[in-house]
Amino acid sequence: MPKTYLFEIGVEEMPAHVVTRSVKQLADLTKKFLTENGLSFNEIKTFSTPRRLAIVVDELADKQEDIDEVKKGPSKKIALDQDGNWSKAAQGFVRGQGMTVDDLYFEELKGTEYAYVHVKKEGKKASEILAGMSDIIKAMTFPTRMRWGNNTFEFIRPIHWLVSLLDDEIVPVKILNIEAGRKTRGHRFLGNDVVLGNAKDYEDALKNQFVIVNADERKKMIVDQINALVEKENWKINLDQHLLEEVNNLVEYPTVFAGSFDKKYLNIPEEVLITSMKDNQRYFEVYDENGKLINHFISVRNGNSEYIENVIKGNEKVLVARLDDAQFFYDEDQKYPLSHFVDRLTNVSFHDKIGSMAEKMARVDIIGEYLINKLGLDSKLVPDFKRATELYKFDLVTDMVGEFAELQGVMGMHYARLAGEKEDVCLAIKEHYMPTTAEGELPETTIGSLLSVADKLDTLMTFFGADMIPSSSNDPYALRRFAYGIVRILLGENWSLNFTEVLPELADKLAGKTKAKLPEDTDDLAQFIRDRVKQYLQKNNYKYDVIDASLASTQQDPKQIVMAADVLEKHHDDADFKPVVESLVRISNILKKADTKLTGDVKADLFADASEQKLYDAYMALTEKENFTELFDGFIALQPFIDAYFSANMIMDKDEAIKLNRLTQLAKIEQLATKLGDLNKLVIK
Amino acid sequence: MSKEKITIQDMIFKLEQFWSSKGCMIMPSYDVEKGAGTMNPYTFLRAIGPEPWAACYVEPSRRPADGRYGENPNRLFQHHQFQVVIKPAPSEIQQYYLDSLRVLGIEPLEHDIRFVEDNWENPSMGCAGVGWEVWLDGMEVTQFTYFQTVGELPVKPTMSEITYGVERLASYIQNVNDVFDLEWSDGVLYRDIFKEPEYEHSKYAFEMSNQENLLHLFDLYEKTAHRLLEANLVHPAYDYILKCSHTFNLLDARGAVSVTERAGYLSRIRSMAHEVAQAFVEEREKRGFPLLKTAEEKKGSQENA
Repeated sequence: MPKTYLFEIGVEEMPAHVVTRSVKQLADLTKKFLTENGLSFNEIKTFSTPRRLAIVVDELADKQEDIDEVKKGPSKKIALDQDGNWSKAAQGFVRGQGMTVDDLYFEELKGTEYAYVHVKKEGKKASEILAGMSDIIKAMTFPTRMRWGNNTFEFIRPIHWLVSLLDDEIVPVKILNIEAGRKTRGHRFLGNDVVLGNAKDYEDALKNQFVIVNADERKKMIVDQINALVEKENWKINLDQHLLEEVNNLVEYPTVFAGSFDKKYLNIPEEVLITSMKDNQRYFEVYDENGKLINHFISVRNGNSEYIENVIKGNEKVLVARLDDAQFFYDEDQKYPLSHFVDRLTNVSFHDKIGSMAEKMARVDIIGEYLINKLGLDSKLVPDFKRATELYKFDLVTDMVGEFAELQGVMGMHYARLAGEKEDVCLAIKEHYMPTTAEGELPETTIGSLLSVADKLDTLMTFFGADMIPSSSNDPYALRRFAYGIVRILLGENWSLNFTEVLPELADKLAGKTKAKLPEDTDDLAQFIRDRVKQYLQKNNYKYDVIDASLASTQQDPKQIVMAADVLEKHHDDADFKPVVESLVRISNILKKADTKLTGDVKADLFADASEQKLYDAYMALTEKENFTELFDGFIALQPFIDAYFSANMIMDKDEAIKLNRLTQLAKIEQLATKLGDLNKLVIK
Repeated sequence: MSKEKITIQDMIFKLEQFWSSKGCMIMPSYDVEKGAGTMNPYTFLRAIGPEPWAACYVEPSRRPADGRYGENPNRLFQHHQFQVVIKPAPSEIQQYYLDSLRVLGIEPLEHDIRFVEDNWENPSMGCAGVGWEVWLDGMEVTQFTYFQTVGELPVKPTMSEITYGVERLASYIQNVNDVFDLEWSDGVLYRDIFKEPEYEHSKYAFEMSNQENLLHLFDLYEKTAHRLLEANLVHPAYDYILKCSHTFNLLDARGAVSVTERAGYLSRIRSMAHEVAQAFVEEREKRGFPLLKTAEEKKGSQENA
């Protein structure tokens, strides 16, 4: 008869963010353990609250399968030595079966005698195997662990009780001095201890004690209650899934409530209000029908609705205290001109080994001006850009950012607006941090993009200069993300930057104007950025052979590489593309074999056949193609000329001059093709 | 909200009475300036080594950078902590804490009480612990920590530390929005006692302190602490480390410490905290860890009785 097994670990309140992943870990470890021990089951259900991690194994076999089979060993000749004693081979065979030599017997099979054993083993009972669950507790891992009492054993929080029930029977499991039983605990305040008669009773018995142990069900209760409230009040809400998950793991029995605060605080920037509510208090902020933030919030109590007015009043009081603080910082920061903060940036370190924020800003100013020139942008941008570089890190020393570090950039934008700075400058101050995550939003303004690229380039150059280069596993300053951000912004803005050219030029421009060390050789950094282009192509699901081919191109500019990849990706499976690739591969093989340095021009006077002139003319037309699509189409058109050329001419002509001329022609074509990439790398069916 | 009026003084009495019933000694505040009750030697030093310890006390805690000239209803240059430390941490410590709230008239069923993860750290003293901030209807009223490391030494057995924010809790119990409206004892308000000190200390910390003198003092205190450490004079050495820490806080409030320098100062304090922690255990060991013996004798006499 299959059984139901319940295992619950009762602990002091766990951090919200570890609950879900820990119960999954418990289920995974148990699954592996049961499978390794040959105990079959239907499924493992997980249950979790801040105070418990539990699994219920459904339809668990009550014992391992019995074993009853005959195993064939070595032949008699091998099983016995010259003196008629058991050989090493025979001894090894029985050991492998968990038997002894006394169990061996011989039987004839097709005229040869072999040694056999009859293996008969009764499967262990499930309860016997489940006693090993204590090892699973010990095998669990957490981001932080702790000791408690006098013990050296570590867990996420102190363990207080264990339940281990196979149907209605306790399976003994022990950790420290805690022995598993059938008693679990209800809600800390609303519930009582419960003695479980059967593992199947778990969910319902706890529900009676105000514990919704099924995390999905609990979450649904929260969402339903929020929706009902929002509908009743005609509000709108942005149901942040991350916050919902956290809140769900802070309660065992959820009751949703709403509170409000004085409208006068709505003058504080929205981002500050949201941070105060969401990050500090785990409230959901509330909007009116038009999507405007209003003076209400929604929160979830760990309990029922009795005395909820106390809870609402208390939460409102806390929020007001926080908003008072925010108001204080907001007013205080506005008492000073922006220059007051800018001046203090000489004392703010960017990095110990690199220098101050003020120095960084001075470098970024130089980098930005260079980029405007290099990218051929409108020189009218220069004054606004320069103003932005004078200011853009100033909010780091404001009281508000001191208190709410996550509002860096955002507060800078607000304060710059209040100080009457141009809107583009204000936005650039905020946008220079973007994208804040790998795939996060990009800046919207040109100056924002420019400042973001310049700031990130400076970070990369100075970190590489100070020899703080990320390793494959360690990138503490998120330099990869910065470089990836640069690539995404360049592509988004359709800006061309050839980094093998740009980086040394920048190093020259900055030389002598900064105390920070710059990289002597910028090749590593160029490659580092090029690797991010690869990341971009992978992230956007380009075919792997297209990625390999386009990254092997002679292009150094992310935009050019991606454009080439676009064309290859688009025409990858075209019928007329295959012969082109084949003839280009043929060309490349011939050139490899010839292994001759070919630097000169193609000489028309050495042409011996009309097909040579025709190919040459077609090639010359192709060199004028501006974009990749035209270039690609050009190669398709070139294809018949190449074919004709090959059928009419011997490349390796006896005349050395003609041979050289023909090889040169082929080399020119190959060179042109590598603008698109290394087409040899394409896998075309 | 509670029906009967509870002054801050009542609150402290009730907490002292409750925790003394759980075996804590009621200690006086320690007389050297400090930022938190954790830095009181009754916590910091006693957390280290194998000896048991159980104490509670009110600690005036000075945080110069939090000074607001007595104008902010929630922020103070100096607030008060009610500190409870027990080693080894009893397994019912969470339950004790909840019972202590009941003693203050806070019935959990009438509120929303949560234990929200907050792993406490004091890098300048080489301290780290695992625990929670306790929320009462959304307000953080207590820091609850199981010490894991103090003075960069492992805390074994583990000590539990409960730090009530006296003003926060009182403003909840007395239902006032401005800390200065709190009643300390019958008829005497927080304002009557602390308004001027708040203003004057803020004025000093933000405007009047002399940076050069403070830097000089820091160096003097540091040298003294090192000299005393060499002579194995643990307690006076610790006093001078506390003075270093407070002097650094004053410099910091003045904005006189850059980010880079900050790390340097903190590491200087941390290395002294580590040395004094080691010295304390060595000295206790030389004396045969007396409190360990006391505890065993106590246990023995209980078993014989």
